[in-house]
Amino acid sequence: MTEHKDRLNDLAEIRLMMERSSRFLTLSGLSGVFAGIYALIGAGAAHFYLMGSGHMSLNYYDRVRDLTGQINMDVLTFCILDALIVLVLSLVTGYYFTRKKTYKSNHKMWNAASKRMLASLSIPLVAGGLYCGILFMHGKVGLIAPATLIFYGLALISAGKYTLDEIKYLGVLEIVLGLLASVFPGYGLIAWALGFGILHIIYGLLMYNKYDRKAVSE
Amino acid sequence: MSVIDGLNKAFDSRIRLGIMSVLIVNDSVDFNTLKETLDVTDGNLASHITALEKLNYLKVKKQFIGKKPNTSYLITTAGKKAFQAHLNALEALLKSSK
Repeated sequence: MTEHKDRLNDLAEIRLMMERSSRFLTLSGLSGVFAGIYALIGAGAAHFYLMGSGHMSLNYYDRVRDLTGQINMDVLTFCILDALIVLVLSLVTGYYFTRKKTYKSNHKMWNAASKRMLASLSIPLVAGGLYCGILFMHGKVGLIAPATLIFYGLALISAGKYTLDEIKYLGVLEIVLGLLASVFPGYGLIAWALGFGILHIIYGLLMYNKYDRKAVSE
Repeated sequence: MSVIDGLNKAFDSRIRLGIMSVLIVNDSVDFNTLKETLDVTDGNLASHITALEKLNYLKVKKQFIGKKPNTSYLITTAGKKAFQAHLNALEALLKSSK
């Protein structure tokens, strides 16, 4: 009987070592929650900027172009700045919480697993960023928001091999949302608020409950 | 007590088991990473590595990164085979003792 237990412990050890050495498991769930909140605030700001407070319609397509069909540069600059601020705040907060969690569990921030995770995350993201630039060159502004969702989803799936498995499901949802938003390009902002806001908050809370709370109380 | 077939004596130690587990999922791992992952002391780790090297289960690769010497370890084909056989034996044992 103790023999049996020993063997089970052996297997548990093997599994733990394989995971710990090949995956970066201390991504913080809270960083997802905060990224989601920033995204919702950003989307809200863009909504009021585009619509004023009186409008109820959620189709933004007409707002980005003026009557002659030219892209309104003021609007576009605002949207890009808005998105960049959300991105930078999310990265800084994410880095802060992840660092805290990583050091608390006596791991290193910069190890083989986190390097591989970042590499597999950034390849689809850089490709996506370039593609969005190309969409802009062709004046397909309505497709930029959906494209960011699709490429972000692909990046999450590719990073999923080196971090928490569950991140893949978030990736799949982002891709589906991005594809749907491409069919209805005027509703990009709604898709954004859903994909980067609501989904991040839900995912972050789920992961926080599943992994982080236990670690905090230990 | 029946004779345990297939279980490799070399992997009786949990640290050696850990070293092999890390090496089998990574291309190459340096000494410090191994030390942190397994949470063991320098001397302890070094002696187990030497034992595994003697069995020809792992290879030592010494190189310079910039001016710093860097020692990393890779699993050999023999090591892979031995570890997989050990895993299979563990699995068989657990199945039969259920």
